[in-house]
Amino acid sequence: MSDQVAAVRLTSITKRFPGVVANRDINLTIERGEVHALCGENGAGKSTLMKILYGMQRPDEGGIEVEGEKVAFRTPADAIARGIGMVHQHFKLADNLTVLENVILGAEPRGKGWRRGRIDFAAARERIREMSRAYGLRVDPDVLVETLGVGERQRVEILKVLYRGARVLILDEPTAVLVPQEVEELFGNLRDLRAEGLTVLFISHKLDEVLSVADTISVIRRGTTVATRLDPAQVTSRRLAELMVGSELPTPELRESTVTDDVELELSGLTVLAPGGRPVVDEVSLRIRRGEIVGLAGVEGNGQSELIEAIMGIRHADAGTITYGGDDVTHWTTRRRREAGIAYIPEDRHRHGLVLEGTLWENRMLGHQTRRPNVRGPWVDRRGARRDTTRIVREYDVRTPGIDVPAAALSGGNQQKLIVGREMSGEPRLLIAAHPTRGIDVGAQAAIWDHLRQARADGLAVLLISADLEELIGMSDTLHVILRGRLVAEVDPREVTPQALGSAMTAAGDPS
Amino acid sequence: MSGPEGKAPEPAKPSEKDPGAVPETVPAWKAVLQGLGPRGLALKIGAPVLALLISLAITAALLRITGADPVSSIQSMIDYGTTENSIVDIINRATRYYLSAVAVAIGFRMALLNIGVDGQYRLAAFLAAALGGALTLPAPFGQMLVIIAAMLIGGLWAAIAGVLKVTRGVSEVLSTIMLNAIATGLIAYLLNDKRLAEVRPGSNNVATPQIPSDGRVGPLNGFLSSIGIDLPGQVYGLLPLAIVVGVVFWVVINRTRFGFDLKVSGLSPSAARASGVSARRMIVITMVASGAVAGLIGMPELLGASYEYSLNFPAGLGFTGITVALLGRNHPAGIALAALLFAFLDQTSDVLQEVDVPKEIVGVMQGVVVLTVVIVYELMRRWEIRLQQRTVADELATGHDLARESAGSAS
Repeated sequence: MSDQVAAVRLTSITKRFPGVVANRDINLTIERGEVHALCGENGAGKSTLMKILYGMQRPDEGGIEVEGEKVAFRTPADAIARGIGMVHQHFKLADNLTVLENVILGAEPRGKGWRRGRIDFAAARERIREMSRAYGLRVDPDVLVETLGVGERQRVEILKVLYRGARVLILDEPTAVLVPQEVEELFGNLRDLRAEGLTVLFISHKLDEVLSVADTISVIRRGTTVATRLDPAQVTSRRLAELMVGSELPTPELRESTVTDDVELELSGLTVLAPGGRPVVDEVSLRIRRGEIVGLAGVEGNGQSELIEAIMGIRHADAGTITYGGDDVTHWTTRRRREAGIAYIPEDRHRHGLVLEGTLWENRMLGHQTRRPNVRGPWVDRRGARRDTTRIVREYDVRTPGIDVPAAALSGGNQQKLIVGREMSGEPRLLIAAHPTRGIDVGAQAAIWDHLRQARADGLAVLLISADLEELIGMSDTLHVILRGRLVAEVDPREVTPQALGSAMTAAGDPS
Repeated sequence: MSGPEGKAPEPAKPSEKDPGAVPETVPAWKAVLQGLGPRGLALKIGAPVLALLISLAITAALLRITGADPVSSIQSMIDYGTTENSIVDIINRATRYYLSAVAVAIGFRMALLNIGVDGQYRLAAFLAAALGGALTLPAPFGQMLVIIAAMLIGGLWAAIAGVLKVTRGVSEVLSTIMLNAIATGLIAYLLNDKRLAEVRPGSNNVATPQIPSDGRVGPLNGFLSSIGIDLPGQVYGLLPLAIVVGVVFWVVINRTRFGFDLKVSGLSPSAARASGVSARRMIVITMVASGAVAGLIGMPELLGASYEYSLNFPAGLGFTGITVALLGRNHPAGIALAALLFAFLDQTSDVLQEVDVPKEIVGVMQGVVVLTVVIVYELMRRWEIRLQQRTVADELATGHDLARESAGSAS
C-alpha cells in the first residue's frame, strides 16, 4: 500500500480556539483503501480535526494534501468536491422525506432538454439502487425516513455521502447510537466499502470496536497525535486506553451492596398510551428500594423516555399506579412530586434540563423554584440561590468564571455537572437519572459516578437509564431490560456481558 | 399534552462535545417576542442608541426620497411636539399606549401572542362605562368599581382564549383575533338606545349614559402645578395607575416565583414542564393577567375625559400596543420610552403636511424604528452569546475558575 499516494495527508495541523489549543501539530497519513481509526477521549480534538478535514473550520497552521495535491478547504462543499464526505454522529435527515429525496437533497439531478427545470427522479433512483447493491447498503429508496430504524438511517447518511462522489468517508462516532448487532452490520458495510476501494476514517473511543474493524489506528490526546498507524494485531485495548487517557481508565462499579428493604418507588402495571392508543409503556411493574440503583437497559425509543416522564408526572399514566415512599402519587403534579424529593436528570439537558438563556443561578432554581434556598414564600431569594449556586459550582467542579454567565456559555460537560449538582441538592430520596454521563469527559464521568455511589450509600433510590452498557452494568444493583415498552427481562449485572445485554435489548433470537 | 410518537428509535440529541458550536438557544422569532437582548450594560445602552441612529438615517433617506428636506421636517416635528399643548396630548396618548403594550408584553413574556388586547379593552371599557353610568356611588367606590369591573371583563374575555388553548389546543392567535370580531359585534349590538346606550340629542352619536361627576377621576394638573409644572390641557388623572402597573409588572417578573415560572415557560416550555411548572395553568393565568391589564387601557380616557363609551372612543389601541411592546423589548421602562416615541410621532404627524410631506410617512417611520430595533437587538444578542462563550473559555484558560478558587470567599 505504501507505494501509492496517500488518500489524505495532514501535516502539522494546529488549530486554536480562544484560550484553548484544540489541535496541536497533528500529523496523520491515511492510505487509500483502508479503514483508519482515530481514537481519543471526548474533547481530545478529534471532532475539530475532522471539521478541519471536512472544511468546516480552517487550520491556523499546517497543510492538507488529498491524493498528493495541496488543498485549502473553505467550506464542506470544497471538501465534497475533492471526494471527502462526512457522516455526522447525529443524523441530518428530513424525517418526512423519502430516502431518495434525502439522498439527492442539495444535489438533485436535472432532467434533460425541456425538462431541465425538473428533478430526474428516475435516474436518481436507479443510481441509488446501483450504489446500494455495489456497497451492500440495503435501503429502499422510496420509504419515508421516519419509518426507518437507527441503523438504516445511518446507511442513508452513508449513501448520501457516496452519492456526492465521496472517495474518503469520515464517520464520526458511528456506533454511538447503535446496538451491538447493528454495529456488526455497519462493520460489514465498512468492509464492503473498503473492498470497493474507498477509504474510511473512523472516529471512535470504543476500543473493542476499533480493534475489530480498523486496518490501522491512530490515537489523539489533548489535541495532538500520540501514536499513529498502529497495527491492530500488535496492540491491546489496554495499551490503546493508556495512550488515550495517559493513565488508566476509570471504571463504573459498585462496591458492597447498600440495598435496604424499604421500597421507595413502586410501579405497578404502569401503562402510557401513544396518541393512537398503542401502548408505549406497557404494564411496567418495578420496585426501587432505598440505597438501590435500578438500571434500565434498552435501545433508545423503547419507552424509556415515556416511562420516566410518567414517573415525573410530565406525562400522565393511562393505567397502573405509582407509589412513592408509601404514597400513591399517580395523580400528583410534577411540582408536588419534585417537592416530595424526586430528583430528575433529564436525558436531553438542553430541552429539559436547562434554560440556556438563563444564568447559572437561575438554572439552579429550575425544578427547585418552590424551595429554599431559592425562594422565600412567593419571593425569589436571589442571595440564597446565588450562594447555593456557588456551592454547587465548587463541589461539582463546574468550570465557569462566575454564576452570572448564561448556561449556554458552558461546555456540555459542565452543564451536566451543574444539573447533577442541582438535582443532588435538597436531600432527594429518589433520583431519576437518564444518561447522567452522556457527552462528558472521563474525569467528570468518574466524579458523577462517585456522587451516585455516595448518594446510594446514604439511602438514595436511583433509576438509571443509559446507552452506555458498561455504565449500566457497572452501576446497577438490579438491571431490567425494556423492549417495546415492556420489561422483558431482569438480568444480573454481576454476570451479564455487554453482548448478552445487547441481545436482550434487541430481542435477538426472540421471534416476537 | 403533546403526545409523542412511538415510532422508530430517535436519532439522538444535539452534539455535546464540540467546542466550537453554539448550542441551540431560543429561536429568533421567540427572542424578538420576548424582548431578549444583550445583557451587558454597555450593549444594553449601545443597542438602542445604535438602532435609533440607524432608523433616523433611514427615515432621513425616506424623507429625502419623498422630496422633503429631512432636517427641516424633523425640526418642525420637534418644534410642534414640544409645545405645551402637544406635550399634554403626547402624555395622554402615551398612557394609553403604555397600558396596552404592558398587556401585550405579559403574554409575550411566555410566548403567548395576545392579539386580542384590542377587543378586550373595548369590551371592558364599554361594559364598565355602562356600569359606571348606571350607578351612583360615593367618591372612591364608584371609580374602583368601574376599574375592577373593567379588569374582570378584560380578564374573562381573554380567559376564553386561554381555556380554548389548554383544552382544545386552539392557537391563541386565531382565537383572540376572532374574539376581537365578536367583541366588535357585541358592542355594536349593545351600543343601541334600546339597550345599554342612549342617543345624544342634537347629534347622531350613540353613547352610554354619562358617568356622574362623583364617579370621575379629575385631571392631574392640580398635582403637577403644585410641583411647579403648569400645563394647559388636562393630563389624565389615572396616569399614576399606568406607572403602578409598570412597577408591579417589573416586580412580578423579576422578583417572584410566579414571574420565574412565567419567564422559564417562555424561554423553554419543555424545561419549564420538567421543572414542575404546569403549562396549562400558566397559559390561563397569563391570558387572564394580560386581559385584566387590557381592561385598564380605556380607563384613563373613560374616567378622566369622555365619561362615556361612544362611537368616538379611541379604537385600535390594542394593535399599537403590540408594536410598542416589541419596540420596548417587554421591559417596563423600555415600553414607557417606546410609548412616548410613538405618541410623539402620532401627535406630530399633522405638522408634516405643512411642509408638504404626507402624514402617512409617520407610519413608515414607526415601522422602520420597530424593525431596526428588533433586528439590532437580535443580532447583538447572538453576538453576545458567542462572545460570552469565548470569554468563558478564555477565563477558564487563564485560570479564572470559580470551582478552583479558594473556598470560603463566597461571592
